[in-house]
Amino acid sequence: MSTGTDAESAIEAVWRIEAARVIAGVARLVGDVGLAEELAQDALVAALEQWPSEGVPRNPGAWLATTARRRAIDTIRRQQVLQRHLPALAVDECTDASQFDAVLEQDPIEDDLLRLIFTACHPVLKPEARVALTLRMLGGLSTDEIARAFLVPGATVGQRISRAKKSLADAKVPFELPTGPARAERLSSVLEVIYLIFNEGYSATAGDDWMRPALCEEAMRLGRILAGLIPAEAEVHGLIALLEIQASRSAARTGPDGEPVMLLEQDRRRWDRLLVGRGLAALARAEELGGGTYTLQAAIAACHARARTAEETDWARIAELYARLAALAPSPVVELNRAVAVSMADGPEAGLAVLEPLLQEPSLRGYHLLPSVRGDFLFRLGRRAQARAEFERAAAMTRNERERTLLLTRAEACA
Amino acid sequence: MRYMLMHKLDDSNAAQWQATPEVIAAVGEYMEEVSKAGVLLAAEGLLPSSGGAAVITKKDGQTIVVDGPFAEAKEVIGGFAILQVRDQAEAVEWATRFAALFDHDIEVEVRRVAEFE
Repeated sequence: MSTGTDAESAIEAVWRIEAARVIAGVARLVGDVGLAEELAQDALVAALEQWPSEGVPRNPGAWLATTARRRAIDTIRRQQVLQRHLPALAVDECTDASQFDAVLEQDPIEDDLLRLIFTACHPVLKPEARVALTLRMLGGLSTDEIARAFLVPGATVGQRISRAKKSLADAKVPFELPTGPARAERLSSVLEVIYLIFNEGYSATAGDDWMRPALCEEAMRLGRILAGLIPAEAEVHGLIALLEIQASRSAARTGPDGEPVMLLEQDRRRWDRLLVGRGLAALARAEELGGGTYTLQAAIAACHARARTAEETDWARIAELYARLAALAPSPVVELNRAVAVSMADGPEAGLAVLEPLLQEPSLRGYHLLPSVRGDFLFRLGRRAQARAEFERAAAMTRNERERTLLLTRAEACA
Repeated sequence: MRYMLMHKLDDSNAAQWQATPEVIAAVGEYMEEVSKAGVLLAAEGLLPSSGGAAVITKKDGQTIVVDGPFAEAKEVIGGFAILQVRDQAEAVEWATRFAALFDHDIEVEVRRVAEFE
């Protein structure tokens, strides 16, 4: 081994790769993911103590798993010794390592990994707790790294994680794979967690700690791990496609001064072709398997990704995809997007017709994009005075300074 | 961040390009592991220069194309993988595991991929 820090970063790299599997394997033994994570952490500490002087073992993942498992067995034995002093309890006598190996060989580690994902994203936990637990247990991120990524103090994340572990224990959430109708619901929670992580990273701005944008990569990595575990689930591929296609635009979505650049104005040469290609492939898999809301959103993103220039965008197809999305998951915001696509495909008059019912929609009251979009349609129809009123209304609603300036500029251009 | 892992083989050593079934199986397993870990973005294996190669040199304004196979024995890239990892240490760990699959000497180079900021 070379210097201490080199050894440490090498061990941490092994940890990042192996953490989830080590935790998952131990969780099956002890039935408690919180305890499993602590035992796995103990194994990491042991590695940090031993590897720098003794060298990294030939199979570091197996070493970590074995060490963590031994500690799990020690813990279980201690509990059994304690229980033996309580005469009323019948205690399972023999607890040797080979018995545990038999347990672990029953089904593959992949199933444990999947159980771990479903448990970390369990609906008894609040979304931010699911996110923290998932990054910690599946991503192998430290509390500190998660805190930096979410712009909160380390102590907050630490508490969030320990409370989440306690909630899982209190609710006696079993370490198992959900089946039947519960499975779909639990899977949608997992996908939601991954999408939340991605969006947090995607909303990072210039000057943020690099851990923030790195969340996008974490989310894509988690998505790919999930796809490897349950390759027959269409929406997993749909989500990956959506994330990869969105991430492909990362470099193009801000200008030299950090200002946002809208999709249609982006320099498409800066789109990441490797991610576009991967995203389109994932979308094809998702569509083959059936798809759902993530797949439809990915299909919409793909229409943009396939167009070499903004003018080549297939708006008719986008409008149709939004209609299908609205049918599957009705939402005024989706309708608003459909109106934009329809206006691009069939002209502003057609767009206005789609917009019409939305004007009475209570949830869009105060939503600046509604008058902003309507203003744009009216402007394109030459109805300048009405357009101007809409842009001014939108400007009064937005909280974003840059956006307000833009809307007021558009209002003035109507004169 | 992305890293490219490239392994180098002796262009004139045919044995190195004809992996044993054991090595082929081990590499297959490794690729599955990298893929399931969610880090694999792309990977390809290359043929030795006898399988199709050329070197284009531009020197003093003159462009020269020399087709393969290369006459002199040299180390050439045998294949590459692009991984999305958290840091260089992780790329080095994956490269170390790759090198361990082979029964002959091998060099794996790890390089950071330039990305738009």
